[in-house]
Amino acid sequence: MLVLNFLRYPKRLINELLIGDWLIIILSLVGIFYLFQSLWTNEHAARVQISVGNKIYATYSLNQQRDIHLHGKLGDAVISISQGKARFSQSPCNTQYCVHQGWLSHAGQVAICLPNQISLELLGERKLYDSLNY
Amino acid sequence: MKPIQIKTTADDHRIAKLAAFAIALHMVEAVIPSPLPGVKPGIANIVTLYVLYQYGYNTAAWVSILRVFASSLLLGQFLSPTFVLSLSGAMFSLGILWLAFKLPKKYFGPVSLSILAAFAHIAGQLIMVRLWLIPHAGVAYLVPFFALAALFFGLVNGLITSRLLANDWRKIANNE
Repeated sequence: MLVLNFLRYPKRLINELLIGDWLIIILSLVGIFYLFQSLWTNEHAARVQISVGNKIYATYSLNQQRDIHLHGKLGDAVISISQGKARFSQSPCNTQYCVHQGWLSHAGQVAICLPNQISLELLGERKLYDSLNY
Repeated sequence: MKPIQIKTTADDHRIAKLAAFAIALHMVEAVIPSPLPGVKPGIANIVTLYVLYQYGYNTAAWVSILRVFASSLLLGQFLSPTFVLSLSGAMFSLGILWLAFKLPKKYFGPVSLSILAAFAHIAGQLIMVRLWLIPHAGVAYLVPFFALAALFFGLVNGLITSRLLANDWRKIANNE
């Protein structure tokens, strides 16, 4: 009721609010806009970082067409890079979660093959997270 | 055997009455479906804010905390994650209200306090979610949505409160 009333007479709404109220509303809107900007930007990744075991194996540019053959704990895996994207294309693991995850293209995305102990992480201009724990 | 008697003061009665109002509003809200879990109008906070202006900070804190405990008992959520989130949200917003109530009244009305309290409420809940329930950085994606909802509902609740208070003051002015 009250809300409808305010919609019908917008002038009342303006009278109801003090200058500090407006200040807080405007600052909140700016803050929320900034939150959307900073948390929802899907930055396209530039590089892919591959880790084998607990070591960083190598970092490749995504701007190339390439298959990388790796030797993990279970056996040989293949990571493909193509047109700014990367994926596991072959893996010796049972579950194949890593392969089913498909092409990754945004900074901060990760694909992890736990059984084979190989993971890839896409990197952007700046790092989205300092570290990820599972 | 002598029955145990607890001496109650007029203040206790007032707090109980006001808390009952808040609990009733909380119950009404529990029935309203929400589009996104966690996004709620928080109409019980109208009572907290109204009490803050009419009876001062201590009464408001009592009413708010009693509301959290009693509502969770009534809804069967006592000591569940929902209860913990509700409590941490209430604690945070009481903290902010304590600070915000010191702002100059000439410039900052109930709407300011309501918006700030709504932000504090959701911040308290999200911190709890991040630290305890979902310890994953992905929680950050929800922050803008919740903040937007907090601004909207904080504004609406603040306007309702300021209207309620205006009515009261008009009554006092007219010696009703």
